[in-house]
Amino acid sequence: MTEAESPVLAIGGVEKTYRTGTHALAPVDLTVHRGEFLTLLGPSGCGKTTLLNLMAGLLAPDAGTLAWWGGGFDATGGPGRRLAMVFQAPTLMPWARIDANVRLPLDLARMPHAAAARDVDAALDLVGLSEFARHFPRELSGGMQMRAAIARALVTAPDLLLMDEPFGALDEFTRQRLDAELRSLWAARGLTVVFVTHSIVEAVFLSTRVVVMAARPGRVLADVTIDEPHPRTDAFRLAPAFAAHCRRLSEQVAGAGAEARAAGVPRPRRPPAGRAAGA
Amino acid sequence: MDDPAAPSRLVRFAAPVLVAVVAVALWQALVVAYDVPAYLVPSPLAVLRTLVADRVLLFDSLAVTLGIALTALAISIACGTLVALLFVQSRWIEMSLFPYAVLLQVTPIVAIAPLVIIWVDDTRIALVLCAVVVAIFPIISNTTLGLRSVDPGLLDLFRLCRASRMQVLLRLRVPSALPYFFGGLRIASGLALIGAVVAEFVAGTGGHGAGLAYQILLAGIQLNIPRLFAALVLITLTGVALFALTVWLSHLALSRWHESEVTPGD
Repeated sequence: MTEAESPVLAIGGVEKTYRTGTHALAPVDLTVHRGEFLTLLGPSGCGKTTLLNLMAGLLAPDAGTLAWWGGGFDATGGPGRRLAMVFQAPTLMPWARIDANVRLPLDLARMPHAAAARDVDAALDLVGLSEFARHFPRELSGGMQMRAAIARALVTAPDLLLMDEPFGALDEFTRQRLDAELRSLWAARGLTVVFVTHSIVEAVFLSTRVVVMAARPGRVLADVTIDEPHPRTDAFRLAPAFAAHCRRLSEQVAGAGAEARAAGVPRPRRPPAGRAAGA
Repeated sequence: MDDPAAPSRLVRFAAPVLVAVVAVALWQALVVAYDVPAYLVPSPLAVLRTLVADRVLLFDSLAVTLGIALTALAISIACGTLVALLFVQSRWIEMSLFPYAVLLQVTPIVAIAPLVIIWVDDTRIALVLCAVVVAIFPIISNTTLGLRSVDPGLLDLFRLCRASRMQVLLRLRVPSALPYFFGGLRIASGLALIGAVVAEFVAGTGGHGAGLAYQILLAGIQLNIPRLFAALVLITLTGVALFALTVWLSHLALSRWHESEVTPGD
């Protein structure tokens, strides 16, 4: 099988338990296909962020395998530089101007300055921040800082883009605008995205596929395809099909909650690092 | 200024100056009114007259003390930063050595200065050593703290980009540590001067190349109280100037990005 045909990422029986004893992830099987916009949807503590960190190679699984680009976990030694991640916070270096922040992944890869500058300009242009290149992060609004973080993720033209509730801390208006921009970027650039959120509406608007997760222990509950054409505009948010998708997903999420309560599973202790566990 | 409650630049400068003027005027008035002899409390005018009359002696001594303090500060910055860089290389190194840095800090300099002066032949080097002992701790502890105070999200990002240990150190840890380092520098600048003065007191060396502390000592013995006051004023002003210098340096380095240096309404 050539790399072009193989999935971007194949996850088989991956499990994770934190040292505190929190069973963050029961065995999970999941395949990410090329060109997909896959959203991990679920309540707090369902292991979404844990799963994302495993995909990034920031965490190692206790059991199971992750195979990036058709290779095995051991064979490739992790996803390498072909993967980029956007965190819950913009996570910009406060001492560096926006263009230097966006250039960071290229600098760390020791790319020559002239070539890097061209890529940085293109990335800033994509997110509409060209005129703010020489600003410091603190001079930008929260939404603009997030755009800079997205530009930094896109500057390496990654084969897989992981996003961990990137717009969770923004106001509703900014969030809807950035959702729409992200959706356009995904379509225009042919990106493969894995997106984490606990917002059903956001999941339906963005995704081609939604994986519903349940908590205690974190596991996959349902795998739903959102078969709606691109472009999805604001009008799509008002369409009956949109509401139908939302209703179906919320029933599944509610089902997950009811099931957990019925089983009488006790609430787990807080995992060691808040950001490392399912948020 | 956006914040109407924030005092203007003029007021912030003028208020402490006004306090000084009132205090000095009151001092002058009281000394004159009660006819206090100069060997008890000299009037500010008398101090000023001595400062001008003895300027060669006093400023030569000031140059000696300032030279010792600045040399000690430079050595403290260089060695303190190196030690901090060593500490963050491994928790083991820090755990093994940090208690000795604390030991350095809590041992009174007056107690070890005589030893250092006996052990080291060159008095000037001995004095610098004593001042370093006092000034180096805030640099070590603040810089170590700063090098460790890295945004965990940024650390994840660097790991994701396969950054080398050296890249993480230079591009992430060092810039993150700068505000902490400058905090330490502010404290160390004052301590270097105090260390130099205390060591001079203990050494008590006079003659050519005597520092301000020796002039204070001598003036006290000779009951030349106006000169004692003049020397004291010089040391105090030097300390303030050193502090202002570090504040300015920190402003130069951090003003564009760090919260501590961003003026409101900027």
